[in-house]
Amino acid sequence: MLDAKVSPYLFVSPFFVLFLVVGMFPLGYTAWVSVHQWGLLSGQGDFTGLENYRRVLEDRYFWNALRNTISIFLLSSIPQVLIALALAGLLDTQLRARTLWRMSVLLPFVVAPAAVALIFGNVFGDRYGLANEVITWIGLEPIRWHVDTLASHVAIASMVNWRWTGYNALILLAAMQAVPRDVYESAALDGAGRIRQFTSITVPMIRPTVIFVIITSTIGGLQIFAEPRLFDTQGLGGSDRQYQTLTMYLWELGWRVRDLGMASAVAWLLFLIIVVFALVSLLVSRRAGTLKGHHRRSAPLKGARR
Amino acid sequence: MNRRPGFFVYGLLTAFVLGSCAPLYWSFLVGSHSREVLTKRVPPLLPGGHFWDNAQRAFDAVPFWKALGNSLIVSGTVATSVVFFSTLAGFAFAKLTFRGRTPMLVFVVATLAVPTQLGVIPLFIVMAKLGWVGSLWALIVPSLVTAFGVFFMRQYLLDALPDELIDAARVDGCSLFRTFWTVALPAARPAAGILWLFTFMATWTDFFWPLIVLPASNPTVQIALQQLQSGYYVDYSLVLAGATLSTIPLLVLFVLTGRQMVAGIMQGAVKG
Repeated sequence: MLDAKVSPYLFVSPFFVLFLVVGMFPLGYTAWVSVHQWGLLSGQGDFTGLENYRRVLEDRYFWNALRNTISIFLLSSIPQVLIALALAGLLDTQLRARTLWRMSVLLPFVVAPAAVALIFGNVFGDRYGLANEVITWIGLEPIRWHVDTLASHVAIASMVNWRWTGYNALILLAAMQAVPRDVYESAALDGAGRIRQFTSITVPMIRPTVIFVIITSTIGGLQIFAEPRLFDTQGLGGSDRQYQTLTMYLWELGWRVRDLGMASAVAWLLFLIIVVFALVSLLVSRRAGTLKGHHRRSAPLKGARR
Repeated sequence: MNRRPGFFVYGLLTAFVLGSCAPLYWSFLVGSHSREVLTKRVPPLLPGGHFWDNAQRAFDAVPFWKALGNSLIVSGTVATSVVFFSTLAGFAFAKLTFRGRTPMLVFVVATLAVPTQLGVIPLFIVMAKLGWVGSLWALIVPSLVTAFGVFFMRQYLLDALPDELIDAARVDGCSLFRTFWTVALPAARPAAGILWLFTFMATWTDFFWPLIVLPASNPTVQIALQQLQSGYYVDYSLVLAGATLSTIPLLVLFVLTGRQMVAGIMQGAVKG
């Protein structure tokens, strides 16, 4: 029948046509733009080979943005995964009003990054901010959150952490609930305490999900834009670009400097950086997991795995 | 784990939830005090009575209602489109046999992690050629489908839709599209709802692309927020009243559907 032969293709084709046109084609075409002189207003100019890449790689603000992006990424992803793991462990108990607790930890997720940035920009105000108020109340010197490079990175990372920790905890929680309960019982019989059960059974057994969380936060984290962009009113990443990220740098080149060729080179470089980082975090988390695995096998936890 | 949690677990969880709520409360707090109070260091910890004054000033400063309408139109259209096309393709991938199915599905999965966001420059060039820069079309058209949506719906329909139902519909003489419409679509409803919610939220909160293509006069909510904070002196009573207001629509959505959101995240984790 014609229907049975043709219809499946009709069903998948809207997706493929649209996805190729608005998703894949722009990504590939970025490479084409990046080897040309290409002004925002003047449009396509001469073919220049790798000239745009050379100019980007010789620009100290590119390296500055790369450093900032990695620093903010590390400050947001590492604490986030650790806290999310602990939080998921707390939620993976026989809580009363379980759904309410789960919903409560997801609350920050519904606040848009732009709003988060404005709120935290105020909390981390250099003069009248809540953070400094608390710090001086303890008796320490106030921190110049918008001036110091590291302090600004901590403030921006805290926005990401605040919004995403609960979300990731729920993903980890789902994986934890799939761990068979009798594994814990035999571990408890062997005398393993709650913390020991968590580090020796729960975390190794949900390793694939932990890796999934790490990879997705890598892909998202390296493209961070709204939070640093709205941390101050100028939107260029601070007086000395001390918190300008790669996506902000791309934006500045494209829509301030109006050099789409150079901006495209940055887009491709960022794409490569994301691929490399995703692979590295995959390898690192795999390796960390395997080391844990050896440890478990030698530990006196018989029957921990079936 | 098995045992009933004690005081310690509840204490830690309570602390975490307080931390989750605190910035929102802070936003409302600052937004409810007058400018004069805020110049005298940190405001008192109880709300003041100026929230509506500040909100009114925010409405005067930026086209807030227009932004709200724009965000609703764009997010609603994008979410509905993603759900429809994803369910259609997901149904074909899960339940129909056709030549090339496997390589096509591999393609979908392989592109799941591709940051298509990085294609903004050609996308902008194309939008400029079409004359769509500045209009909502520039936000809607590039977001009509996602690879994640197709994969998500395919995974759901694989288990949720029994083959017998499709066979029965086919025996009754239903065309494949009618089978999709009367059998697959109803069966897909729980997952479709979740996909709709998350697509709606992702579109609503997007900032990068709208900032590039929309002018100050035709903003989405996020772009209007950004305009509130322009200039050298930041009036935080105004800015955070705006930030609080802008969060209310999603907060309402969260109160109504938070249960489904939690279920969606946890389901996606197990399957993905």
